[in-house]
Amino acid sequence: MSPSPWTVFGALVRRDLHVVSRELPFFLLRTTLQPIMFTIVFGFLLPKMGFVQRGYTGALLPGILGVSLAFASVQAVALPMVADFGWTKEIEDRLLAPVPIWVIAIEKVLSGTAQGMIAALFVLPVARLIMGPIEALTASHLGLIVGMTFLGAFAFSAFGMLLGTAIKGEQIGLMFGLIVAPMIFFGCAYYPWRALAATPVIQILVLVNPLVYVSEGMRGVLTPALPHMPVGVVAGALVVISAVFLFLGLRTFDKRAVS
Amino acid sequence: MPPAIQTRGLRKVYPAPPQRGRGRPNPHLTPPDASRATLVPAGAREITALDGLDLEVAPGEFFGLLGPNGAGKTTTIGVLTTRVRPTAGSAAVAGIDVRANPVGVKQRIGVVPQRPNPDRQLTAIQNLLFHAAYFGIPRSASLPRAEALLQQLELGDRAESKVDQLSGGQQQRLMIARALIHEPEILFLDEPTVGLDPQARLELWDILRSLQGQGRTIVMTTHYMEEADRLCSRLAIIDHGRLLALDSPAGLRARAPGGTLVEVTLDGEAAPLLPRLQTIPALSRITAKGVELSAYAQRAGEAIAEVIRAAEQAGRLPLDIRLTPPSLETLFVSLTGRKLD
Repeated sequence: MSPSPWTVFGALVRRDLHVVSRELPFFLLRTTLQPIMFTIVFGFLLPKMGFVQRGYTGALLPGILGVSLAFASVQAVALPMVADFGWTKEIEDRLLAPVPIWVIAIEKVLSGTAQGMIAALFVLPVARLIMGPIEALTASHLGLIVGMTFLGAFAFSAFGMLLGTAIKGEQIGLMFGLIVAPMIFFGCAYYPWRALAATPVIQILVLVNPLVYVSEGMRGVLTPALPHMPVGVVAGALVVISAVFLFLGLRTFDKRAVS
Repeated sequence: MPPAIQTRGLRKVYPAPPQRGRGRPNPHLTPPDASRATLVPAGAREITALDGLDLEVAPGEFFGLLGPNGAGKTTTIGVLTTRVRPTAGSAAVAGIDVRANPVGVKQRIGVVPQRPNPDRQLTAIQNLLFHAAYFGIPRSASLPRAEALLQQLELGDRAESKVDQLSGGQQQRLMIARALIHEPEILFLDEPTVGLDPQARLELWDILRSLQGQGRTIVMTTHYMEEADRLCSRLAIIDHGRLLALDSPAGLRARAPGGTLVEVTLDGEAAPLLPRLQTIPALSRITAKGVELSAYAQRAGEAIAEVIRAAEQAGRLPLDIRLTPPSLETLFVSLTGRKLD
């Protein structure tokens, strides 16, 4: 008699919780150090020197959170996938579990989503401390904040599943250099999308970048008084992006799991 | 009771280029032939790992798949453990079709991989407990079972060790414990003794024998003749993805070609010796390949004298002479034309 997929799913979640909770400090250090450094330079040093306007931190903080959760979500899924299918083969004990293969993939994506949200939760108070008070920042829409964070983390976690299963181990450095880095710089994390109106071509081009919607979404829920894309549009875009990445990611996962 | 394993015309063709790192050791390459030339773009090379394999294993058997690297052993195990999709043909485990119901198959099997792949983030006993949890076994039931298995496999004092602190043999035994924690009906082992020292190999043999004694079906691949001979109740010799012979080790030995395999390495081309050797009735199936000469002989001593005489006449010097008495090894060479390793 086979156990229900939910029972197996629960066991997979417990395994990841066990492993992630032990690795958490290293995970946070790895994924949030870069955004925090950025916060120090652009959210503290430059304003102090008078190079950027006062209000900049209001636009920067949600973007920094977006980068943190996207970067953490991608890494949380892509790195273990590359290692597991590339050389350690550790995931094989889970592939032998009596559930359809996609259950294992979905669990990985959700586990990555949770890790991305944890990273954002960690960065928020740190960044706020570094930047000082931000007038427009409000936590009054807590439900929206959680929902938007989840959507963004899920989209990038699914993206991590696709990257981690479609890319060969030796190309992992290339992946971060060629895909993730441009994504961060052109992801409207360090400037609001509307400000790109100064360069209309770039403003249109960046719309293919999923990070744009995460950054703008975080602005919409954290600093709603400042310019941002409509929250509904952002949420819709993230749902579509998630669905596409999840569909493709599950397919490449299946290809790696069953040859 | 359905057969533990049944395959019918099982075929697996990997598209080129092959995916790397799947633990699929060099299946032989098939160049596109005339019939396929229309389907396959010029220069593409498919890999036929299984080419119409028919197997049947009864419950409780200790079944061996014997063949050289690339024969299709690992692919066979891959299909039976739901990790490789067959291109054609059918495969059933405990009467369940691997394609129609992979979840049902996984519920009934335990798998020991070629290379230990423990969850390195966990301790030895956690590897067992989490694996049991993936099969829906509550901790209250899996904990005593895990402890008993670790004891049985002489890992009792390593329960709390990180996997990286275990030796190769200990990791391999942990993989066996993991494969048994959910009490599968059928246990698959893919080259379980590769990389083990002789002592660890003998210990593993004892463990496997006792597992079969408990009534489990065991399917094992190996390219060690002696291992297959000592452990298996029945053996399938496969090469190029095809079944070449299937019988008990004793039955196979009886089918080995008559006489001792005599192999001689000369200091020059072996072909000039052939005309003379072919007139000697005591020798059969004489072949010359480069400086290597091989033949089968009922009385090896007499044969060696004849070969040396023939070599002298042809102006050659024997550098090395090897004798292999009738065995699975000589049967294998006569069936496949190549050595196991």
